[in-house]
Amino acid sequence: MKTIRYHIGALLLLATLGILLFHPLQILIYPDLPLLGLLKRGMGIILLSAFFCLYRVLRGPNAADRIVGMDMLGILIIGICALLSISTKRNWYMDIGIAWALQSFISTLAFTKFLEGKDFDE
Amino acid sequence: MNNIIGIIFISIGLAFDLIGCLGLIRFPDVYNRLQASTKCVTFGTCNILFGAFLLLGFNTAGVKCLLALVFLLFTSPTSSHALARAAHKAGEKLGEGSICDEYKDANSRESNANVR
Repeated sequence: MKTIRYHIGALLLLATLGILLFHPLQILIYPDLPLLGLLKRGMGIILLSAFFCLYRVLRGPNAADRIVGMDMLGILIIGICALLSISTKRNWYMDIGIAWALQSFISTLAFTKFLEGKDFDE
Repeated sequence: MNNIIGIIFISIGLAFDLIGCLGLIRFPDVYNRLQASTKCVTFGTCNILFGAFLLLGFNTAGVKCLLALVFLLFTSPTSSHALARAAHKAGEKLGEGSICDEYKDANSRESNANVR
């Protein structure tokens, strides 16, 4: 039973990777950009990682697992903001990335305070 | 030349991101998940930001990428350290295969020294 489960998981993972590698996402990008394929597939890989994090957020057995998933999701979003800033040649995407990093750090610290059982004013 | 080096950095970063989030699914324990995912995802995202800086050059966007890289390098280990400490204080159990709990031992030794 366990080997069947492992094989099904491996097949699903390979199918998702194959879809991402051979049919990249259709995003509005400049059509004459030289790095188009790399950027599209990179965004696909980061979105796949974000789905893994969302799985951990949904199915984590305790509160700490969910907080770990949210923290990793916040770090991944900074990466996708950098890729979007390359592909669309607009520099305010990195403003979103910096602000998201600050917000993710502060929210994780607040969640840890909540997890320890303290109040928010120490 | 800068483009090629930037592409290599971005590819390394994407691989580390994917492997770190795979560890977030596959490991059995909160501390193992933190240990797998925090380091891999931070390193991968820093590689992506540095590659983006190499591709963009000294623009506004490139300097913002460097700023986000430095900020991420400082804040991500801090938050993960605080999270592990809070999880241990909240009573999260270790996984099945783990052998010893050194933080608990050190805390009990310290409290014994305080009693004496």
